[in-house]
Amino acid sequence: MIEIKGVSHRFGRTRALDDVSLDIGEGEFSALLGPSGCGKTTLLRVLAGFETPDAGKVTLDGEDLLSVPPHRRPVNLMFQSFALFPHMSVERNVAYGLERERLPRREIRERVDAVLDTVGLTAYARRRPHELSGGQRQRVALARAIVKRPRLLLLDEPLSALDKQVRAEMQLELKRLQHEVGITFLVVTHDQEEAMSLADRIAVMNAGRIEQTDAPVTLYERPRTAFVAGFVGANNLFPGPDGITAVRPESIRICEGDGDGDPDAGGGRLTGTVVDVSFHGGTSHLAVRVPDLDRPVLVAVQGPSRVISGQQVSLSWPPDAAVHVPASTPVSPIEGEEP
Amino acid sequence: MKRWPLTGPRLMKRWPLTGPGLTYLTVLMVVPLGLVLSYAFLRRGRFGGVVYQPTIENLTRLADPLYADVVLHSTWTAALTTFLALLFGYPTAYVIAGLPRRRQTIALIAVVLPFWTSFLIRVYAWIVLLSGPGWLNKALRAVGLGPVDVLYTDAAVVTGLLYAYLPLMILPLYASLVRLDPQVREAAANLGAGPWTTFRTVTLPLTLPGVLTGCLFVFVPSFGNFVVPELLGGGRSVMVGNLIRDQFLKARDWPFGSALALALLAVLMVLLLAQAWAARRYATR
Repeated sequence: MIEIKGVSHRFGRTRALDDVSLDIGEGEFSALLGPSGCGKTTLLRVLAGFETPDAGKVTLDGEDLLSVPPHRRPVNLMFQSFALFPHMSVERNVAYGLERERLPRREIRERVDAVLDTVGLTAYARRRPHELSGGQRQRVALARAIVKRPRLLLLDEPLSALDKQVRAEMQLELKRLQHEVGITFLVVTHDQEEAMSLADRIAVMNAGRIEQTDAPVTLYERPRTAFVAGFVGANNLFPGPDGITAVRPESIRICEGDGDGDPDAGGGRLTGTVVDVSFHGGTSHLAVRVPDLDRPVLVAVQGPSRVISGQQVSLSWPPDAAVHVPASTPVSPIEGEEP
Repeated sequence: MKRWPLTGPRLMKRWPLTGPGLTYLTVLMVVPLGLVLSYAFLRRGRFGGVVYQPTIENLTRLADPLYADVVLHSTWTAALTTFLALLFGYPTAYVIAGLPRRRQTIALIAVVLPFWTSFLIRVYAWIVLLSGPGWLNKALRAVGLGPVDVLYTDAAVVTGLLYAYLPLMILPLYASLVRLDPQVREAAANLGAGPWTTFRTVTLPLTLPGVLTGCLFVFVPSFGNFVVPELLGGGRSVMVGNLIRDQFLKARDWPFGSALALALLAVLMVLLLAQAWAARRYATR
């Protein structure tokens, strides 16, 4: 539905977007994930029309989107700061976008009531934004965006401003809404948990480029670049002669002593000293110092750990747990896929 | 609104801090104001000053069409000045607030720069600019337009007042514009509002407190001004300020001058209250 092709943008000498290409299908829930400053917000602003890229094309259903002024795009954005109109009540905030479409008053009324009901704010319709809690404000921002029934809904760090409890609630609500209204969602976030829990497909961005676009599980299990391997989830990266071998902490088996006890460990084997043990309830995390490695190896085990700090241990993992990533970060996989 | 925050022991404890300011206010503001208030109800002395005989004659005299006209004329002049200041000031403030940080500072310094020289000298300069053979007519002749006789007209007075108080309009407008979250305007655009609709429905309502403050800052000194009408209006354009000054210095009618000053204060007080009320209504937090 939305095709982003070779979009590049600079701010002075900084390359915010470097030849970014991405396809977003109808009804998909996608995420742009990356550290702050990776260009994901710039891409979002390009889609909303607040930024015009130096190069590249963006089409919506095959038609050029970049030449359309922001206020005529069928794209709505839920701002990270919510950007509610402080001088308007909740219902006036939500009605604002519909009034701009010059819809009949009755229809505006009905659609505003319906969407306030959906986000559970009917009782707060007459309040001003400053009389609401953070979670409520967020739901106003969401209602204001979805009431327009956009083709594409952009969400800028939708959960970051919320505390833990409201977060989980909102996360479910967003997924339910996406299901219900069938709008295409694009979430922009630096929080991998947020991206993983919400999106069907994640594009990982770094330094203005898209590193890999895949389903959350694929990203986690089969990272294609060193950056993705290191950024998505905790990982152990072992440098080798022709690249990097990545092994997840939970794939590593730990045995006391430095014997070669594990028979089925065809993948890798290391010995070292435990330097730190931390208990997290369901799991324990261990850091093991291995000679010749710069960083301690992270190991996650179920329940409390039997080994303690200072103990000699041997580590091993099965062959299919090791993911090989070529040394030189390859060109963006999206580009590789293009004919 | 808060109650008088410093009473009894707390006032004494903070005396070292509040003392100088309070003394200054009491001596230079409350006492003279009290004098003005009491003089308005006394009879005039033969050679100035007052005779201590109570009367309300001075206040009834205010209703005289002669003086009512002056008040009306002053209101009109000040209102026109305020309107023009808003008309020129808002776009200026809007542009300044949109500049990069460093340029904003430079632009603001440029706006307040005139205040670094004497007000009187600057008003005199306008006489040179507006007079028959002055720069205005030179410029008009250069583009092939006949000379105009602006000096000593109401237009000259408004021009002078506008020049004098435009910065007082720009500064509060700038302050409220720069505080405006740029994302709120982007949100309006995102929801389908074109630039003009965004201004009308979001930017303007949210900067209304600044608009009101600016209008007050321009209207108040314009209303009571007597230097500009005297120099640029050539005495033909009498405003309340001139009238009050004349009562004290020429007519030697201190009580009536005081009554006029009270009338002026009353008008301004009403405006101040209106502004405070509106600002509170539009306060977002």
